[in-house]
Amino acid sequence: MKVPLSWLREYVDLPAVTAHEVAEKLTAAGLKLEGVTSYGHDIKNVVVGEVLAIELLEGFKKPIRHCQVEVGEATPREIVCGATNFEVGDRVPVALPGAVLPGGFEIASRKTYGRLSDGMICSEAELGMADSSPGILVLPKGTPIGVDVVELLDLRDDVIELEITPDIGYALSIRGVAREAATAFDSAFLDPADVSPPAESGPSYPASIADPSACDRFVLREIRGFDPSAESPPWMRARLSRAGMRPVSLAVDVTNYVMLELGQPLHAFDATKLTGEIVVRRAEPGETLETLDHVVRTLNPEDILITDQSGAISMAGTMGGLHTEISDDSTDIVIEAAHFSPSGTARMSRRHNLVSEASKRFERGVDRELPLQASWRAALLLAELGGGTIQPGVTHAAAPVRPVHILIPSGHPGKVAGTTYDRETVIRRLEQVGCTVESGVAESPADPGEIAAKLAVTGEDMLKVTPPSWRPDLTDPNDLAEEVIRLEGYENLPSILPTAPAGTGLSEAQRLRRRVGRALAASGYVETLAYPFNGERDFDNLQLPADDARRLAVRLANPLSEDEPLMRTTLLPGLLKTLVRNVGRGWGDVALFEMGLVYRPSKDAPAVAPVLGVAHRPDERELASIEAALPAQPLRVGVVLAGEFDPSGWWGRGRAADWADAVEAARTIAREAGVTLDVRADRHEPWHPGRCAALYAGDTLIGHAGELHPRVIEAYGLPPRTCAMELELTRLESLPVSSAQAPVISAYPVASQDVALIVDADTPVAPVEAALREGAGELLESIRLFDVYTGAQAGEGKKSLAYSLRFRASDRTLTVEETTAARDAAVALAGERTGAQLRGV
Amino acid sequence: MSNYDPVEVTPLHADEMARMQADALDAIKAARDLDELKQVRLTHVGDRSPIALANREIGVLPPAARAEAGKRIGGARKAIAEGLAVRQAELEAERDERVLVEETVDVTLPSGRAPHGARHPLTTLQERIADVFVAMGYGVAEGPELEGEWFNFDALNISPDHPARSEHDTFFVESVDSGKVLRTQTSPVQIRTLLSRKPPIYVIAPGKVFRTDELDATHTPVFHQIEGLAIDEGLTMAHLKGTLDRFAEVMFGEGITTRFRPNYFPFTEPSAEMDLKCFVCRGDSAIPGNPPCRTCKSEGWIEWGGCGMVNPRVLIACGVDPGRYSGFAFGMGVERTLMFRHNAEDMRDMVEGDVRFTLPFGMEV
Repeated sequence: MKVPLSWLREYVDLPAVTAHEVAEKLTAAGLKLEGVTSYGHDIKNVVVGEVLAIELLEGFKKPIRHCQVEVGEATPREIVCGATNFEVGDRVPVALPGAVLPGGFEIASRKTYGRLSDGMICSEAELGMADSSPGILVLPKGTPIGVDVVELLDLRDDVIELEITPDIGYALSIRGVAREAATAFDSAFLDPADVSPPAESGPSYPASIADPSACDRFVLREIRGFDPSAESPPWMRARLSRAGMRPVSLAVDVTNYVMLELGQPLHAFDATKLTGEIVVRRAEPGETLETLDHVVRTLNPEDILITDQSGAISMAGTMGGLHTEISDDSTDIVIEAAHFSPSGTARMSRRHNLVSEASKRFERGVDRELPLQASWRAALLLAELGGGTIQPGVTHAAAPVRPVHILIPSGHPGKVAGTTYDRETVIRRLEQVGCTVESGVAESPADPGEIAAKLAVTGEDMLKVTPPSWRPDLTDPNDLAEEVIRLEGYENLPSILPTAPAGTGLSEAQRLRRRVGRALAASGYVETLAYPFNGERDFDNLQLPADDARRLAVRLANPLSEDEPLMRTTLLPGLLKTLVRNVGRGWGDVALFEMGLVYRPSKDAPAVAPVLGVAHRPDERELASIEAALPAQPLRVGVVLAGEFDPSGWWGRGRAADWADAVEAARTIAREAGVTLDVRADRHEPWHPGRCAALYAGDTLIGHAGELHPRVIEAYGLPPRTCAMELELTRLESLPVSSAQAPVISAYPVASQDVALIVDADTPVAPVEAALREGAGELLESIRLFDVYTGAQAGEGKKSLAYSLRFRASDRTLTVEETTAARDAAVALAGERTGAQLRGV
Repeated sequence: MSNYDPVEVTPLHADEMARMQADALDAIKAARDLDELKQVRLTHVGDRSPIALANREIGVLPPAARAEAGKRIGGARKAIAEGLAVRQAELEAERDERVLVEETVDVTLPSGRAPHGARHPLTTLQERIADVFVAMGYGVAEGPELEGEWFNFDALNISPDHPARSEHDTFFVESVDSGKVLRTQTSPVQIRTLLSRKPPIYVIAPGKVFRTDELDATHTPVFHQIEGLAIDEGLTMAHLKGTLDRFAEVMFGEGITTRFRPNYFPFTEPSAEMDLKCFVCRGDSAIPGNPPCRTCKSEGWIEWGGCGMVNPRVLIACGVDPGRYSGFAFGMGVERTLMFRHNAEDMRDMVEGDVRFTLPFGMEV
């Protein structure tokens, strides 16, 4: 809402304060300052002149006129002007030499088109009254010559732009803002709606409300003999422009001006284009209306319409119909002022994607009692400025409305605030809002409804509060508490830190996530947070088979990008694209990780999550019906890495990231979870079929790691040999973890034995090591594979695995015989399980 | 030595003793390195050294002379041993100096051998914020990111026709009436908590939220909030203010200026907004005539987050008795907090995953 300060001052007796000071007070009352724009403060030396003579200069591409202009000095000024919309005898604004126009534009006497130009005749745009204007501003006849135009046209103004929250529709008007400003400055408020329309005996143009749920007030007034050529006065156009509305024509400008001033949207019909009685009703199936924006709209049976006997003529409170619109030659006007259902207009506006100044106000709540006043104010302005005659009579259709009363103890606002407001303060503040407050009334309504009954607050000194018609948002006891607290000032609230009961800190899962993040970062990975949006293309790039479960993804109805309408089912696309971005920016050695949710819908899940009621707690079955429709959202961790993992430097060559780093990342995570991973060879997209590890915790598959498939690398434009790991942390979190037990530390000496085993080249190492461990028995303290050799000495199709075994007992020094026996048992079991042969035997 | 005459045992003469001692000390002094000193030691105090040989002669002296001779030998030996020790120390120091100098390296060579990573500041900032509240006794609550509309809107008193609903720029799951959305706020976690726990409830819920904004310097469609919820008997707005004042102080130190002003949220009543004075222009840009500020759009203040007293209607929808319990809730922007604490001016840097942005933040912020 843009509020010209001059307009505001008409209705509130503000002290001498700047626009910024006004805005700060309004912000403290809940109308937040967005910005202040100043107009006309730099304009000077512009006066009213009368055009005495015009001479058209020949020989130029466009018409250039040399004018004699009387400005109240000894002699007229001669001024060259390129505009042609004025005549001899017109009064116009003249910027004299030395004048300054908006933006610091200085006017000087100069020679142009071969003549002297001793000033400038100004347009509205040049005076800062409008963004653009077609020609010179011609002032009304009789405007005194020589007077200062800045004073005359109120050119100096500051416009305060306020953010109006959706609950306070009343503040989308000068009237509402003025009321708040008056309270904030404790100044007198003059209600612009106080226009005292005359008591009318009969109706004007016939109208009725067919659906009281759509509209509860409908007022029509008629003006005849309106001069369609009459123009809006400059002050009105300037205010409309500054308030953010484009001036159109006098009739339209008046309806907009009154809407901005009072908050009541108005519509003007050309009376001659109406056919029979006007009826407010819902649309009929298949009904259409061509609206002012030349769009033919097919109406929904819930749409609220203004109709006459020819059919729909306006979408109530949203946009008028083209056919009955005021045109350049309309002389008879029917003014409509009504109160439409907020939810009805909201839905209609959303359904047709049509947001207008009117719909914005109706859905936020318009003063139900305004239509008579607002229509009268508009009629007065049309009659005064357009020469029309207001026809006697007013049509006033109304549906009964149940009055709202709220009962609160006078101490309720203080109880909510955590302070004390005395009774008089509470009543005074509520009255400033416009409420009627009666005390000593304790009766509650007969059937308040389930929610209202639960909301009821009881206590001593009950007040019966009736909110004003412009505050339909005030319905609950806490709404009243807020009014009192905000007017008393949020800044004056005490600040007290509450004492919560002792907590239990983070959960095991939350601690694990932190450990995992730290461990990966400590290992060299940088965390990223990619958007969780993917496209089908990602699944193709990952080479996922057609029936891969990861292709079953949640689709957004309104994605930001049509290329990425799906919610991710894997973290890898986001990680890979981020890796490519980093490489593209010259950071070739990159290791990234992400921890985040993936969204895994199930084929059998219900398509719709029901929307439950709010009058009481839903039962477990109802809540479960929502959960059933939501996809599973497990937490995953992924890493991707390329380039060198151990950096090269003066110390020597580094080490390129490889599949084993990806597996190691998984082991790092598992270690933090207290789980030892079982790694098995697997074939799983998007990994290289020969370099893909399946990661198991016991029998639970938790993820995969390895080098990416060359086709994936090509599809994403990744560096060669890019590696990746992804595992589901949720699965690790759910595993039972026994707390670590302190080991017994033996002080007896260690005994080492090295063995070299020959196995088939394609024998996986993991079972060999597992067999060695098992075979060695409990004397084995540690085992380390220190060499893998596949040369000639290992034999064709064989490889040699060199292990270092360390033995130790807790109660004695081991003998050579004991360690050798343990080693032999280890080798024997490895031989039995994997065919391993002791090398050289 | 075959003819026994104690008086004639020359080596035990005082003069001879003094000479042996002087010879030894001269030799010690003359030793140029540890090897020579070792030789000197052998020569002058070894088994075949003159002094050792002299010592053997003591036995032949008459008892009366033995004491004196013994004293003389002892004195000489002590002096020589001291001389050796001093020289040994000197020579060792010389050797150490020489050898260690030879082993000198350039310790100013650059490091960077060990790969190092970092956690995203938005993650660690959420943890730090959670820790502030955990220290106050709060728990950390969680909820799904893809959420039922009832949780995200209806239960939070945002009815289907409420203007606030259309202002939320919601991502809807296909089809639009699936009843499923990407949560637009962390507030649905309030509902889940109220449904699953009994008061008193003190929880904080950090998390990812979604709005259909295009990415630019100040907007991102995916961002983070930290939700707080406290439900207890007798909680008031003063408690809310006290909690946020404390939160702001811990996050930003005492240099921050906050503003608590009325605002509107359907799920709180009364509602408020906590603003922070712009960290770039210090609020000056709001005064007409001063240069504009891109960061706060010349408003002088930046919205940190919304808050208020939990609307009793929300409690009713969750089966909590508003007659007995009251409470407050707040939802602060994590990105905004990062901007303030760490002068991060462009939102795009936070989402693009450029390691150059993240690395300086290390393990914690």
